[in-house]
Amino acid sequence: MSIVSLMLLAAMASSCIQLCCRRCSGLLRSKITVQYSTQAQHCTAVLTASSRVSNGSSFLAGICAASHTRQRWRQQMCFYSEHKAKPLTAEANRYKDAEELSGSDVVAYKNRLQNATDSLPVTDSQVTLDVDAAKSLSALEEISDEEAVSISVPSALPPATTSLRDYVDKSETLSKLVQLGVNLWKLEQRPNVGSMLLKLDFQTDVAPRLLFLKDIGVEDSRLGYILSTNPFILSEDLENLRTRVNYLRSMKFSSETVASMVSRAPYLLNFSVKRLDNRLAFYQQQLGLSTWKTRDVVARLPRLLCGSLEPVKENLKVCQIELGFKENEIQHIVVTVPKVLTANKKKLTQIFDYLHNTMKLPHHLIVKFPQVLNAKYLRIKERHLFLQYLGKAQYDPTQPSYVSLDRLVTLPDDTFCTDVASATLQDFHLFLKTL
Amino acid sequence: MTTPCIRMFRRLEGLFCVYKPPGVHWKHVRDRIETSLLTGVNGTPQRPLPQVVKFLAQPGAGNDGSSELTLSAASVPVLASHPLVSGPEFQRIPVAVGHRLDAFSSGVLVLGVGNGNKALSDFYKTPATRDYTLEGEFGTATDDFSHTGRVVERSTYGHITQDKLERVLAMLQGANQKALLMYSNIDMRSQEAYEMAVQGLLGPEGKSAPILKGLRCVRFEPPHFTLEVQCLNESQKYLRKVVHEIGLELRSTAVCKVVRRTRDGVFTLQDALTHHHWTASDVMGAIQQYHSSKKLRKSPHTQTKDPTIQSRGEDKKTESQQSEISEETAVSTVL
Repeated sequence: MSIVSLMLLAAMASSCIQLCCRRCSGLLRSKITVQYSTQAQHCTAVLTASSRVSNGSSFLAGICAASHTRQRWRQQMCFYSEHKAKPLTAEANRYKDAEELSGSDVVAYKNRLQNATDSLPVTDSQVTLDVDAAKSLSALEEISDEEAVSISVPSALPPATTSLRDYVDKSETLSKLVQLGVNLWKLEQRPNVGSMLLKLDFQTDVAPRLLFLKDIGVEDSRLGYILSTNPFILSEDLENLRTRVNYLRSMKFSSETVASMVSRAPYLLNFSVKRLDNRLAFYQQQLGLSTWKTRDVVARLPRLLCGSLEPVKENLKVCQIELGFKENEIQHIVVTVPKVLTANKKKLTQIFDYLHNTMKLPHHLIVKFPQVLNAKYLRIKERHLFLQYLGKAQYDPTQPSYVSLDRLVTLPDDTFCTDVASATLQDFHLFLKTL
Repeated sequence: MTTPCIRMFRRLEGLFCVYKPPGVHWKHVRDRIETSLLTGVNGTPQRPLPQVVKFLAQPGAGNDGSSELTLSAASVPVLASHPLVSGPEFQRIPVAVGHRLDAFSSGVLVLGVGNGNKALSDFYKTPATRDYTLEGEFGTATDDFSHTGRVVERSTYGHITQDKLERVLAMLQGANQKALLMYSNIDMRSQEAYEMAVQGLLGPEGKSAPILKGLRCVRFEPPHFTLEVQCLNESQKYLRKVVHEIGLELRSTAVCKVVRRTRDGVFTLQDALTHHHWTASDVMGAIQQYHSSKKLRKSPHTQTKDPTIQSRGEDKKTESQQSEISEETAVSTVL
């Protein structure tokens, strides 16, 4: 699981500020921004001088010097910006005990306060707060509505967490992404994606790219899938995205084709123009197809442009050497079923071995129906054995009662049983239990 | 709080059996079943998201920050409980496998889900036999005793008749019967031994060498032949070795082409689910069938079982407790 890095603290603080500002927008705007800006300064001071701040006791002393009635929430916001966990709890204890102080200990504590700036963290629990201010803060005192609104409860946002669940209600970006249908749970398991999503601002980063995708023709329902698979599209430069789409259009892909390619292969627009060009040239050269056919193959399987070319080269070699297909046969197979280029070599050879050596099918018949190379091995085996048991396993078109390979493989079970095997589905299942 | 997902999972707890096709590792079967059960359980209609009330200040009520304070209450859904944020309700389902089958063999494979795994471990320890069908072919010998291995020897088989085969099988059965008596650790001259033999309860406890309790030939068409075996503590490789040894005894060679388990304890081929039926609803039906048949098996049992003989074996203790309870209920119903 990935851990959201603490580098997001600055972002979190700023987004908190924005959120609170928006909420209390009508009231006390000037007051709150001032207070939050001072708090932000404190936070940045903490982050930059973190090495020097030893357990925050001097930090506290700095706040206490102000002795404002609003210390309570301000300190707690700063507590959350302190990145060491131990002093955090120590501070909290100190603060809680300080509230219960009686007046008689005031003098002693004031002395300690002066010494606190130079001294090491004081380990005993009753210390370092301005007790006069603490005394006047009573939970039962009457305050006006404005003050009540301004005491915003410090949000219990943890500074570091392993899940985006803790931030989703507070962050506008994350809530909008969930409403679009993005699978945040899957994304937060990938390293660094969670922190990247949090740092994005919806208005400046996410919205322009979503509008761009809509402009090129991607449907709204697909946006969630695209972002769940490729969240890095949100950090890609808009100019680059436009250049790549223009390049594809210049290679004579129509707008609808480009839209469907992007929605089926979300990583497509993250690759540079040079790489896309390289790949298109490779397919045209290796397969020896015309431009129109290459475009058609790539449009039907856009992930050919995304992945590495090594497995494709190996698959082509396997087809040529191990399986023994000729150049024009390979071309025909790839144009009909492009998935053969990215198929698993072991499974491909296993299926071919069964078709050629056990079912005794010649090469030209397999080339005529390339869909069999795409099917599941178990399916072909079971259906073939069933037909053999019934005496109907006849795949030669010249002989009577011929069963075509595409019907063997592509028909659903019940249609296959009734039309091809002339038996019921229950018979088929009973036969499977005898294998 | 029970959600529809949890209620569905409760109905899925128990034992059931599947038909493992040949050439598939048992682990893939278990994983595939777990995935399909997860999709079934997580696919139940979700409850609406919990709502939380938030007070938002009205914009434009007082721009100077004056005394007028109007707040509006809004009930917003808590997005942290949305399945896209917190993940699906069930991320793992505990599915356990009973007696394993290696990749070459096929047949009945017993699986347990959730609480059924406890019953599975008891089931694993009971001295229940398993039925196998072995199909062999004379004329070849290979290194791993199956027809897919590397050929080591070829021989003629024209001299083999059914009579000779039956004689070899009888000899094997006799040797296995002797081993059975030896492993059951009872003095053969006692009354207890006689009573147990009558009931068919003689057998080794716990781990022992594989023992064939029954062996017969059901089909003989040279070079192919089919055997039916009932065995205890076996492995599929041992059964292929038995076929190989039969070939050697007949002064020829044999390989095993099919090892198919037709029964595992009380689970037969009839109840096994083929891979088209590995969905949550079909599995639920199979588990409910198992539960109802378990109840049927318990009720006639209580009248016939003799509690003295049931003292052997750990699982028999639980069974005797259950039988006592059901005896009491039976007596009360009679009265």
